[in-house]
Amino acid sequence: MVDNELKIELGKQGILVTTIEELYNWGRRSSVWPMQFGLACCAIEMIATTMARYDLARFGAEVFRPSPRQADLMIVSGTVTKKMAPQVVRLYNQMAEPKYVIAMGACAISGGPFKQGYNVLKGIDRYIPVDVHIPGCPPRPEALIQAFMTLQKKIDGQPLTGEGRPRFLDADAQCEFPVPEQGAHDLEPPSNQGVWPVEIQGVGSRERRDIDGRQVSTDH
Amino acid sequence: MSVAETRTERSAGWNRPPAVEPEGEGELLEVAMGPHHPSTHGVFRMDVSLDGERVVRLKPVFGYLHRNHEKIAEGVAYLASMPYTDRLDYFCSLTNNWAYALAVEKLAGQEVPARAEYIRVILAELTRIQNHASTIGFLLQEMGASGTPLMYAFREREKILDLFESLTGSRMMCNYMRFGGCRVDLSSAWIEATKKVVAGLPAFVDEFEALLTGNEILMARCQGVGVLKPDLAVNAGISGPMLRASGVNYDLRKVDHYGIYDRFQFRVPLGDHGDIYDRYMVRVLEMRESIGILNQALQDIPLGPIMDAKAKLRGFRPKPGEAYGRIEAPKGELGFYLISDGGPNPYRYRVRPPSLINLTVLEDMCLGHNVADVVLIFGSVDIVLGEVDR
Repeated sequence: MVDNELKIELGKQGILVTTIEELYNWGRRSSVWPMQFGLACCAIEMIATTMARYDLARFGAEVFRPSPRQADLMIVSGTVTKKMAPQVVRLYNQMAEPKYVIAMGACAISGGPFKQGYNVLKGIDRYIPVDVHIPGCPPRPEALIQAFMTLQKKIDGQPLTGEGRPRFLDADAQCEFPVPEQGAHDLEPPSNQGVWPVEIQGVGSRERRDIDGRQVSTDH
Repeated sequence: MSVAETRTERSAGWNRPPAVEPEGEGELLEVAMGPHHPSTHGVFRMDVSLDGERVVRLKPVFGYLHRNHEKIAEGVAYLASMPYTDRLDYFCSLTNNWAYALAVEKLAGQEVPARAEYIRVILAELTRIQNHASTIGFLLQEMGASGTPLMYAFREREKILDLFESLTGSRMMCNYMRFGGCRVDLSSAWIEATKKVVAGLPAFVDEFEALLTGNEILMARCQGVGVLKPDLAVNAGISGPMLRASGVNYDLRKVDHYGIYDRFQFRVPLGDHGDIYDRYMVRVLEMRESIGILNQALQDIPLGPIMDAKAKLRGFRPKPGEAYGRIEAPKGELGFYLISDGGPNPYRYRVRPPSLINLTVLEDMCLGHNVADVVLIFGSVDIVLGEVDR
């Protein structure tokens, strides 16, 4: 690695010193193309972010691609319902590596204000790995820009070899995740153990106990 | 074929035969547009049967954003539902607040002071302008004008959202109305700022119209496409700009005399043909009328209290009974139907969403048109999925 002060000194003389890693990551982080994919209220703030006032183009991310095959970033912008969750995971699987996920807003993080609803998924990170979470209902465009900058920092910090390298440079890393299906009571499985290590007791698998604390059959 | 006949035949089930006779010998092509489709305004699916490029059957699939709004509202106090109404039609949170407040005020028999009524009118008309501008922007986006008209619309929308934010604290989820009034009072500085924004709006609409109204592509894509006949519109319960574009003179601001709309001079724009172009034109003209209402309201707004003195926010328990409050939201008739059993939360809470009901005629408008027009017709209905699925 070149000493930083020497690098600046050389830069003044018109000599650019860099590493493959830096150059590669600079290229990757400067053209993160999000997928044009809006779920609910937060999508409107996502659109507002791309418009003239907030101008996401400054971060190299103005090209919203309708096709998951051409996108690098999935912004889960809004409430994910149990009917929509399988499609979200499927879209994520269809994206080519390198791919990143921003969970935008309270609903995408945890279900948000609709958490008590019977049809609302309590956080998309139960099924796919999320890189940046933004709280807010909906988060302001500035918050989405902050999330972008956080993501860019993450990309910048990824080494190309060894531990912590991006998934697409690791032949053994898992790139696709199982798509949940609609079960009798809830989505099956209730979470993907690979990305969400906490076991979730779904409605269907909950133990039922009678008044004396004895377990009763759940087959009904 | 009369209207009644077609609708009964269509309700026979999803696996019904095509509504339009296919021309050729070949097989029909089934296309699922959505739920991830760049132009479906959210998560909505249209299963389209195509005979070549022509649509012969269309099946809308809802429910991808069903967030249990009504069920949650039956379990929480009346006031606690106010923030949830923001998230129904997330472009127009203030009109949603108003409709819900109106229903509860009817239920509890509360009076709204004059100043609060003026504030409500000002906010509702600002909401209408930004909603119609955005809708036209999205419609043009779907027509292929990628970005530019939407950027013009959002430039104005940001100015209006700044006003909302400085008054209510939030850009989109305002949560501002209360039963019997409003949450905070307007400052004179806010009124001055609003007057400045409103003074700039006619120039914006002129600019918008100069770019779009006579535009060759817009006319070619919109005129005569997606025609909705007035009798079908009335039968299907369509409301809002959709209904008025078909030539039916029905505006709840004139019909219901809710709030203080009687005090303002404004006209109700009507269309002749009921096609996409008329829907676009009606929205543009409504924006102009809204600017007129805003000018009058900002001029006449009186001083005084903003809350009903008898209004009770804590321990609010209306008498047993039922009430239906409706307003002319930017998308149509937005109504809230409430049943109280005397408890702190409603026994039944029902939303009459204009987006969903306006969407019921989607197939009737799309049949016989090309698949590329389906996207435009869908865009001209002006829906928000948060309100369709709730």
